[in-house]
Amino acid sequence: MSVLAFVDTAEGKIKKGSLEALSYASQLAGVLNTRSEALVIGETQEDLTQLGKYGIAKVYHVQNAPSVFDSQLYTKIAADAVSAAGAKVLVFPGTSNGKALAPRLSAKLKAGMVSGVVQLPELNNGFAVKRSVFSGKAFSDVAILTDIKLIVLNPNAWPVSSGEGSAEVIAVQTAHASSALKLLNTSRTSGKVPLTEAEIVVSAGRGMKGPENWGIVEELADVLNAALACSRPVADAHWRPHNEHVGQTGIAIAPNLYIAIGISGAIQHLAGVNRSKTIVVINKDPEAPFFKAADYGIVGDAFEVVPKLTAALKKFKGLS
Amino acid sequence: MKILVCISRTPDTTTKIAFTENNTKFDTSGVQWIINPYDEWYALVRAIELKEADPSVVIHLITVGGQDTEAIIRKALALGGDEAIRVNAESHDSFFIASQIAAVARNGGYDLIFTGKETIDYNGAAVGGMVAELLDWPYINQATRFELKGNTAQITREMEGGAEEYEAPLPLVVSCQKGMAEQRIPNMKGIMSARTKPLKVIEPAAADVLTAVSRFDLPPPKAGVKLVAPDQVDELVRLLHEEAKVI
Ligand SMILES: Cc1cc2nc3c(=O)[nH]c(=O)nc-3n(C[C@H](O)[C@H](O)[C@H](O)COP(=O)(O)OP(=O)(O)OC[C@H]3O[C@@H](n4cnc5c(N)ncnc54)[C@H](O)[C@@H]3O)c2cc1C
Repeated sequence: MSVLAFVDTAEGKIKKGSLEALSYASQLAGVLNTRSEALVIGETQEDLTQLGKYGIAKVYHVQNAPSVFDSQLYTKIAADAVSAAGAKVLVFPGTSNGKALAPRLSAKLKAGMVSGVVQLPELNNGFAVKRSVFSGKAFSDVAILTDIKLIVLNPNAWPVSSGEGSAEVIAVQTAHASSALKLLNTSRTSGKVPLTEAEIVVSAGRGMKGPENWGIVEELADVLNAALACSRPVADAHWRPHNEHVGQTGIAIAPNLYIAIGISGAIQHLAGVNRSKTIVVINKDPEAPFFKAADYGIVGDAFEVVPKLTAALKKFKGLS
Repeated sequence: MKILVCISRTPDTTTKIAFTENNTKFDTSGVQWIINPYDEWYALVRAIELKEADPSVVIHLITVGGQDTEAIIRKALALGGDEAIRVNAESHDSFFIASQIAAVARNGGYDLIFTGKETIDYNGAAVGGMVAELLDWPYINQATRFELKGNTAQITREMEGGAEEYEAPLPLVVSCQKGMAEQRIPNMKGIMSARTKPLKVIEPAAADVLTAVSRFDLPPPKAGVKLVAPDQVDELVRLLHEEAKVI
């Protein structure tokens, strides 16, 4: 038996969520007194022996799999790997691909799956996993009743931990090599930190009055190397692209630092950001509900406070 | 072209989340129910748009739930869709639900199944993928654009740090998110006609339950906000560095 982590890649590069899955798998393997292994599907330029740094003993690398992510095909490949490895717990990153693959594999193996997982399982009485529910407004303990268990992590919920080590890499060839899907186009928001992976997110709302005022928000994000986000009405009004819309009906995030500028803090907005470790709110209305959910706040006009904060951060970082 | 749209009932987004029976059950007293926004705004509305472009498209809605979910199905039918199916069972296990949908889809002659990206209560993001696997169909999740091109579909899918555009054969399962379509308000004609549209109730197929919720918890309350004066931004930087340790 082993704990097997699925390593999600983008254009051959390992995603941050995958490092979280590897770290989680190794911790769990330690508790279960077994080894942690990893599954990499498709070509990659990464040195896979390096996964040993995250505690991984063995890497199954399915080299001839198509690089187009096809959940139907990848499920067959992953199922073969699960039986080759004799894996009993499968750990997936909470990435888009992880969320497509895990449920398919769960159905194929008739193995219980829990998504949004935030902690190691409780093993005293079966196998119960704590997960985030109600869009971050609550947690729930879910027991997995089957022999093989699938865990999909919440993004940014499990810390990446690395040390020394080198993994054995096993090259695997698969017969499931042709996909019914055709990848027509890939676009990357290049150079920018993906919103769900970002450690720091700078977000702004209707208080910015219009898209022409986003310059000061972007400058603040730049000094912090932060990703940008916005409230729903801002995306609906096309002031910002909809892939920046966070909240209950947009993207859910859990950065270390979330800075909310001119956002009132409606319950639907909070639902997507309340797992952030530290929340800073800048709002001119002292009664804005967001202050109740914040760790730090400035009651003031964003158009004055934000440039000052950017300047102070530049000074702090020795950039000016 | 026959489309099956999966509809789930969720508590209204402003619901105060509370639990009963020793934190083992979600407290539904006083809860206003809505159609899961991802199912309604994106999956259902996109299906309706496809029918508007080609009136020969047939839309069926499916929900797995008790009789009290019928109000939500009628609401969905008021937006559009030709008929609805309710599988008479209550479960929070994604595999059980997916098995019911797959059982209906298997002999239903569908070309497409739309789901929302996830439900806003259990956030499992699991049913679409499970249905696809049970039917052995391709699956594209988190779609932001869907176009039919004859017997294939073109789909844009947004993910961490980028987007991918696929061409996929039918039949196909797609989970939908923002970008796919725009929220609509049902009109009077829709509401009237929804009352008479067929709503078929069927009993559940035998299926395994793979997971069980054992308890719920609320997150610990925040300690309270520390306010910093607008002319003290250096102090905020210091707090973020020394106290919160996030910069
Ligand atoms: C079903 C449903 C789902 C929803 N899902 C989401 C979701 O996923 N995400 C989301 O964000 N919303 C969502 N909403 C909308 C939500 O209810 C709020 O309407 C929205 O979050 C408000 O956006 P806002 O804070 O930018 O704007 P407003 O509520 O208009 O707030 C603007 C804020 O800016 C402040 N302000 C104004 N000028 C300044 C200034 N010069 N300096 C500083 N502060 C200033 C104001 O004091 C105010 O607090 C949803 C609503 C519904 C019904």
